[in-house]
Amino acid sequence: MGNEYTVIGLHVIRSGPLALLQDAGRFGVRRLGVTQGGPADVHAWAWANHLAGNPWGTAALEITFGGLSLAVSRDLTLAVAGADLGATLDGEPLPLWQRVRVREGQRLTFDTPRCGLRAYLAVAGGFAAEPVLGSCACVVREGIGGHDGHGHRLAEGDDLRVSPRTPDVPAPHVPDEARPDYAAVSRLALLPGAQIADFHAASLHAAFNAEWRVDDRADRMGVRLRGPTLRCRIDTMISEGLGLGAVQVPPDGQPIALLNDRQTIGGYPRLGALTPLAAARLAQYVPGQTVHLVARSAERALSDYRRFRRRFS
Amino acid sequence: MVESKLPRIESAGLDGWLVRVFERIDERNLLWLTALSRRCEAAFGRALVDLVPSYTTLLVVFDPLQLSPSQARHRLVELLQELTPDEEGDGGQVSDLPTWYDTCVGPDLPRVADHAGLSIDQVIECHAGTTYRVFALGFAPGFAFMGLLDERLEVPRLETPRQRVPMNSVAIAGRQTAAYPAVTPGGWNLLGRTTARLFDRHRDGFSLLQVGDRVRFVPVDEETFESQGGDVTPMREDA
Repeated sequence: MGNEYTVIGLHVIRSGPLALLQDAGRFGVRRLGVTQGGPADVHAWAWANHLAGNPWGTAALEITFGGLSLAVSRDLTLAVAGADLGATLDGEPLPLWQRVRVREGQRLTFDTPRCGLRAYLAVAGGFAAEPVLGSCACVVREGIGGHDGHGHRLAEGDDLRVSPRTPDVPAPHVPDEARPDYAAVSRLALLPGAQIADFHAASLHAAFNAEWRVDDRADRMGVRLRGPTLRCRIDTMISEGLGLGAVQVPPDGQPIALLNDRQTIGGYPRLGALTPLAAARLAQYVPGQTVHLVARSAERALSDYRRFRRRFS
Repeated sequence: MVESKLPRIESAGLDGWLVRVFERIDERNLLWLTALSRRCEAAFGRALVDLVPSYTTLLVVFDPLQLSPSQARHRLVELLQELTPDEEGDGGQVSDLPTWYDTCVGPDLPRVADHAGLSIDQVIECHAGTTYRVFALGFAPGFAFMGLLDERLEVPRLETPRQRVPMNSVAIAGRQTAAYPAVTPGGWNLLGRTTARLFDRHRDGFSLLQVGDRVRFVPVDEETFESQGGDVTPMREDA
């Protein structure tokens, strides 16, 4: 974005625990051990950008847990979608899933999670950052991407550059079904994988019938689920490539759903892989919440995903 | 395992297929995996998102907006039917990694020597005497899993991984060896440190080592190591 017109759009007054710049993710370099990155909840990220009038792939802020306070450095159009983190604009509740016009000098603050875990803030025209390995997706563990190129989360005093633009289309309507209730018990769709038959019959039954609780060991690498112990005839395997949403089961029998910052290869047997939209939903769940796993056919998952993507093309 | 003939194409989610080509780790696997990777690049073109080769498998990630999983699978079936391995000696660069082997930067040399019943010098000679192949990259950007290590040096990982392994540490675990491209936690046994720049975001190709490459560790003394830009800061166990 080097020669594009960019200006400081927002200034970080208080950073909160984890706010990261994310475009669609880093692709084509996973063979080098570089992870995918990108928004943990692709659904809310895509809607935030769409509401702000941005094309698919534009970098937006992923705000986890809240705690972030931003000073508006110039007049901007923006949209916040995803979790309700108690966002306010100059102390007044900020409407979510809507296009909003903010003025220089105003203050945008995210408090704590009311419902869901991650909110996405998109600015019309997009945040501007130098791509690293083809993307500005921020991966803290690798020290790659983000607003500064070095994988740093936002910190107090940071200035965020934007390529401001006035959207040339009216704000789209967000249908009710596109605004998830992150507090509801969810059925996460999973495509069964190659080792599914290696799990004991009772474990397979449990996998798709038990209630799973989101463990507090949950981050952008993966989310551990707590429930009945799943037994597999395979303990470990020779390491192999891992896709987004892969649900691996280590010898302790507690599954881990792998998200955007997962390691690129791993050697535990897998139940299968969550669909991209199921992985996105899981990323909104707070520890202790209940989820169910449901088996889904590739055909159904494909038509769901293509319908989701069509809105944003 | 649900047994069927290899290669086998296994589901890896909505946007991926895992091609399982072999059951066991072997250098000769690379001749097939590198050939398969190249064929996938040609056959999938712009619909290809990522390829992740590793030891016995290749994960093929494609764009599900351009190809359905069944279309992608069909392409893989077709190209597997006419796949031929690369020639022995083909493909893969040869990299020499200048390495200072010393207990100061390789604190596990004595432990490995004890375990192997060798002197420290013999351990160094043995580690540096093999040309390794890169089987996979993973764990961190540019971290290359190389093998096979001489079986005399086969030592398990540390029981408690270190929180901070210095950048460029040369290490072994099991029948494998590696060099750490960045400071990370790690449980491998440290033998020394290299001057090679293993991962560089400004370099074409980014990673010095790629799957299929041949790698030699070349022992250098402290003076040479330092003059080549090596970091002589001793490993601190409390760090």
